[in-house]
Amino acid sequence: MTAGLLRHGALALLFALTGASHAQRAAVQPQPLKSGLEFTGAEVRELQHDDFANPGMLWAARGETLWQEAAGREAKSCASCHGDAKTSMQGVATRYPRIDAGSARLINLEGRIRQCRELRQQAELFKYESAELLGLTAYVAQQSRGMPMKTVIDWQNRHNFEAGRAMYYRRMGQMNLSCAQCHQENWGKKLGPETISQGHSVAYPIYRLEWQAMGSLHRRFRSCQSGVRAELLPQGSPEFLDLELYLAWRAGNLPIETPGVRR
Amino acid sequence: MTARVQVPKQAKRGEVIEIRIAIQHPMETGFRLDDGGRAITKNVVNKFTCRYNGIEIFRAEMGSGIAANPLLDFFTVADVSGELVFDWIDDEGQTGSERVALTVTG
Repeated sequence: MTAGLLRHGALALLFALTGASHAQRAAVQPQPLKSGLEFTGAEVRELQHDDFANPGMLWAARGETLWQEAAGREAKSCASCHGDAKTSMQGVATRYPRIDAGSARLINLEGRIRQCRELRQQAELFKYESAELLGLTAYVAQQSRGMPMKTVIDWQNRHNFEAGRAMYYRRMGQMNLSCAQCHQENWGKKLGPETISQGHSVAYPIYRLEWQAMGSLHRRFRSCQSGVRAELLPQGSPEFLDLELYLAWRAGNLPIETPGVRR
Repeated sequence: MTARVQVPKQAKRGEVIEIRIAIQHPMETGFRLDDGGRAITKNVVNKFTCRYNGIEIFRAEMGSGIAANPLLDFFTVADVSGELVFDWIDDEGQTGSERVALTVTG
């Protein structure tokens, strides 16, 4: 009898625990939504807002040149098909990452540019984090600057979204920390001298003063993984793409800031 | 090396104009080590000049203390219409150059 009660109690406790952790793991957007800019100093904000001084613009300028450059066996440039990026690429970044119709896989802006290089231009692939890929990505995303994110979760990408959400809440590394423990549950608080941001993806690729260079969202993911002493996943890996989709949804209607500047 | 220059297209004679140039460069300090623990050779843009119709109006000698992708900001008096020529060189001997036309009225 007592043993039965105990077992019941233990079961109830187990349900309570799993129930609680389940509730914690629901996909939620931070309220109110705040851009990473609100967690930086005035100097960084000023640097991002000055279109000339913003060092990320150097990469975007490189991208603008590349947009016009014919490449590969087809001797086609981006402009040959897409025309003027200032009109054709407007709003495009607000819908990425998205499901690629051909492969039925999730693809981000970098992936789309690489795919165009490979299939349409038949040119040499740009490496992840190369100045070329960062430049073109920044140039394309820049055409959506100021436009709110428009991520739609539907039957096509729900599976990726759920995987991304799970990754967001999964503890990792020797520090045993999840993304959520900093950026969902403790944003606005201090981590050493830094204020923890909400961890949005809308300003990428960004110029980080710490990197002294422009870097992709996946580089940032790897920095965080290194920070919690976890195994680093490769750039463009499916896990990172899923996480990128989750973050794109989590950013709600925050406007795109590319090229952003952060510490 | 990508660079961006900001100079007003037109200015009145005698007007003080602001000139800005951003140069994409890693400005490797020489104090850092690579993943294998080997020292990374210093490589910075060490000399930068700006000439206005052939006359040097600004020069900078830079070292390890300057951040990557330096932004230089200086002023000059618009005198006559002509050309501003920017030249720079880094420790590896790589050079960069930009030229911008300036129209002076009045």
